[in-house]
Amino acid sequence: MRRFSLIAVPYFWLLVLFLVPFIIVFKISLSDTALAIPPYTPTLDVSTGWEGIRNFFAQLDWENFTFLTTDDLYWKAYLSSFRIAAISTLLTLLIGYPIAYAMAQSPDEWRPTLMMLVILPFWTSFLIRVYSWMGILSNEGFLNQFLLWTGLISEPLQILNTNKAVYIGIIYTYLPFMILPIYSALEKLDASLLEAAEDLGCSRITAFWLVTIPLSKQGIIAGSFLVFIPALGEFVIPSLLGGSKTLMIGKVLWEEFFSNRDWPVASAVAVILLLILIIPIVLFQRNEQKQREAEGQ
Amino acid sequence: MRRFTWFNATSLTLGFVFLYLPMVILVIYSFNSSKLVTVWAGFSTKWYGTLFQNEAFLDAAWVTIKVAVVSSTFAAVLGTMAAYVLVRGGRFLGRTLFSGMIYAPLVMPEVITGLSLLLLFIGIGFDRGMMTIILAHTTFSMCYVSVVVSSRLVSFDRSLEEAALDLGCSAFEAFRLVTLPIIAPAVISGWLLAFTLSLDDLVIASFTSGPSATTLPIKIYSAVRLGVSPEINALSTIMISIVTVGVISASLISKRAAVRQRREETAAERASD
Repeated sequence: MRRFSLIAVPYFWLLVLFLVPFIIVFKISLSDTALAIPPYTPTLDVSTGWEGIRNFFAQLDWENFTFLTTDDLYWKAYLSSFRIAAISTLLTLLIGYPIAYAMAQSPDEWRPTLMMLVILPFWTSFLIRVYSWMGILSNEGFLNQFLLWTGLISEPLQILNTNKAVYIGIIYTYLPFMILPIYSALEKLDASLLEAAEDLGCSRITAFWLVTIPLSKQGIIAGSFLVFIPALGEFVIPSLLGGSKTLMIGKVLWEEFFSNRDWPVASAVAVILLLILIIPIVLFQRNEQKQREAEGQ
Repeated sequence: MRRFTWFNATSLTLGFVFLYLPMVILVIYSFNSSKLVTVWAGFSTKWYGTLFQNEAFLDAAWVTIKVAVVSSTFAAVLGTMAAYVLVRGGRFLGRTLFSGMIYAPLVMPEVITGLSLLLLFIGIGFDRGMMTIILAHTTFSMCYVSVVVSSRLVSFDRSLEEAALDLGCSAFEAFRLVTLPIIAPAVISGWLLAFTLSLDDLVIASFTSGPSATTLPIKIYSAVRLGVSPEINALSTIMISIVTVGVISASLISKRAAVRQRREETAAERASD
């Protein structure tokens, strides 16, 4: 009995507050928009009995999904989110790898402090970290003032409210997620393998490419997914740092819901985003599984 | 064969400058007396003064703290239960679904979680307010707690629990007297994680809050959407200081605890020799 309630309480909680809401989203994505509260039809009217339920199902259709394919705003937004997430993941990797590598090379007594310095920003408010770039990147901001002062540029660069600012924001906020898995892979790396490679005539750089990179592959994959997956559905960064031309699907969903009050279309946008995300999530899980198995041996 | 080269030193330095400079600039400019946030016009603490006179911000801060305390406490309890079920529960009907529901919220875009919860609350006619934010935050942060706690549960020696059971403990007593003290650090860090996630959340709170309850991130977002504001700089400085002090003291405490434990262990070894 105790075992039953131990399982049932968290199970029930997640069913009601996680699974059922998704079913509702799916259902509403098949409904029609209406000027009412709530702004969609049909609503399930159980009071008319079987007739109500049949009516309800009869009115469901794929109209909103067809609508998403006809208005090119949506597929452009999906494509552009994908591009922004992919490019910023690659850039984060290029910046994060040398940092993780340096941490793994550092003396033992530095490591706890370095770890803390990487984790500390993660505990600081995400919103504030994104916001801090608004003052730096704006036309009169710190970066432009600095560049003008050094004489490198003669007029301010427009960075805030462009996609460049979105890239900077994503790299900045997700960098710790890239550094930590790569560092933990590099830390476990057996140094004698590198010694062997060098004894066998590899230069340090060749040994790095042939030994270090392949052995930290799992960390690279894990870090890349940890950046890519949340970046794809990101809302705060494109909304604060991006401009009116920055198309990201999280922002489109938000606006569809709060500004246009078109719930069925917002739900359809959410369903498609979820379907797109299933692929990287499954790949990520498989990578984690492989890592666990490798460690279990 | 570790070699700390100039290249390593440069990448560490540049990396940490990149991670910390924006926050340092924010803190410095919060003491700027000019309303033009980018022009330095002398040291002043006036924005802190106006911040503390701003009733709306104080109310929102209070709501945020209440939501964070309640939801992270619920999340710690439910997350620990879920972790225990996942690691020690054995087989039961729908186990795959259960573990799927634990891991899915970790990778779910916040806009989708927020939207779906809002549609649920409207569907069942639940008035939106502080209660709905608490329910939403508990749901996603219990998953984080359960991941943290289950990694601890996996790694600890099961025979300790078995010994307690052999010595006549009931399953519940064994959990309370043996398992709980061992996983307590993980439960505490799970609670802290849940607390920070709740303090920080803008998107899910925006979807699930009603006119009666506004949290601090919602307030901050609507204040900065159109540009930099000196009051928000002051508020950010306060929040950054609290986190910095908290994290540094937590790491000092755990370091000291580790040192003490090592000392006790060596003392015990010596005594047994």
